[in-house]
Amino acid sequence: MNLTLKVWRQSGPKDAGRMVTYRVEDVSPDMSFLEMLDVLNERLIVEGDDPIAFDHDCREGICGMCGMVINGVPHGEQRATTTCQLHMRHFEDGAVITIEPWRAAPFPVVKDLVVDRSSFDRIIQAGGFVSVPAGSAPDAHSVPVRKEDADDAFDAATCIGCGACVAACPNGSASLFTAAKITHLSLLPQGQPERLTRAKAMVEQMDAEGFGGCTNTGECTAVCPKGISLDTIAQMNSDYLKANAK
Amino acid sequence: MTATIERGAATAPVASPKAAPSARTPKKSGRFLGSSNGKKVVMAVTGAVMVIFLLSHMAGNLKIVLGKDAFNEYAHALRTMLEPYVPYRAMLTLVEIALVVSVVLHMWAAISLARRARQARPVKYVAKKSQANGYATHIMRFGGITIALFVIWHLLDLTFGVVNPKGFDSTPADRMVAGFDASRWWVTLIYVVAVVMVGLHLRHGIWSGFQTLGWANHTRNRALRPLAGLVAAVLVVGFLIPPLAITFGVIK
Repeated sequence: MNLTLKVWRQSGPKDAGRMVTYRVEDVSPDMSFLEMLDVLNERLIVEGDDPIAFDHDCREGICGMCGMVINGVPHGEQRATTTCQLHMRHFEDGAVITIEPWRAAPFPVVKDLVVDRSSFDRIIQAGGFVSVPAGSAPDAHSVPVRKEDADDAFDAATCIGCGACVAACPNGSASLFTAAKITHLSLLPQGQPERLTRAKAMVEQMDAEGFGGCTNTGECTAVCPKGISLDTIAQMNSDYLKANAK
Repeated sequence: MTATIERGAATAPVASPKAAPSARTPKKSGRFLGSSNGKKVVMAVTGAVMVIFLLSHMAGNLKIVLGKDAFNEYAHALRTMLEPYVPYRAMLTLVEIALVVSVVLHMWAAISLARRARQARPVKYVAKKSQANGYATHIMRFGGITIALFVIWHLLDLTFGVVNPKGFDSTPADRMVAGFDASRWWVTLIYVVAVVMVGLHLRHGIWSGFQTLGWANHTRNRALRPLAGLVAAVLVVGFLIPPLAITFGVIK
């Protein structure tokens, strides 16, 4: 396969940045999207050019490090797939592919396609935890959990914090991420003591970071590689309302 | 030899919360209304007030189908509601105040959320493709502005009679029938566009209100989404019957 890439290049946080066009030849359809970029980067290094910086780690879709907006869609148009698990067979030979970083004020560009997602860490620090007594592990089944709650909590817990929801949201909102983390804990008995303070603290931190508000467009859940549901946002809204009613 | 695993700090120390952008943290007072979630709650509640008003407004308009007298009696009844316990027009004035407050708060929340959204994405995408059909993204803010402009025209036309051929010194039914006369087909056209816009706005808005208040989930959505569509459709049809019937001469 031969491809034309239009890639966002930005040498650092202060640089204005621009789209640069590259030709990539002899791409195997079995390559992942990141492997295709690896091939281009090897050539750029040989040519004495600066390789394109992008985040990646596990390359098996579970770590949440990779992510770029491919042809206007975070992680590309393949549903429920991270960029590292997106394969070149989904593209046509001769295709022109636009690659951009996540765009949001709370996600400043570090370099090229790498953005700083520390704002997510601070949302977690604000309340994404449970207080448990330290010591030996509790007996299994000592705390019963309804099957439905366990399933829903697990679905929310599959969020890998990649930030695609923010990138896709027309408002630059982090509601799906924050809601997934809140729901994951608020459905389980272990999360009950801090349930309302958690929702309040995390929503307030989300606002303080400069993310936009949710207008329930559903763009986030459509691009989420883990298919996190909008139900989590309703859960967050409900917990936040209750926390403020107290 | 067995390896010993040292327990304790397995990760680097976490940066102190001071690293968080504290300068942008909202003040303790007015936190709820200042928060994006709080503003959405304001939009949901004021939106619900306006939807309930629209349903009764639509039902009232349909009185014209029963004749001019029925419509005028209805308009009079609105003003004499609960008399003699409360003065003339008291209940109507209360409703008007509630509506003005709702409209103002709804717009305030919408504008401030839209500004927030703009600040959250200072650099736009070169290519951006909607994956959720983009309906709500395009219809809500644009539609809201259209509806607000229409409401101004609507009040000037049928409430104050400023742009109505019969003027203010006429019965409500006369203003309505004269306003939608076939010679003023463009007025009817404005109404059709505006009412359809209201319908599109509510198709998303009604469901969105439930979601914002935390009452929606995937099971209830099977009822809530069609309900939102149904209420929107009923309002569009109900509001369009009187002006279209008058323009096409069915009601004279």
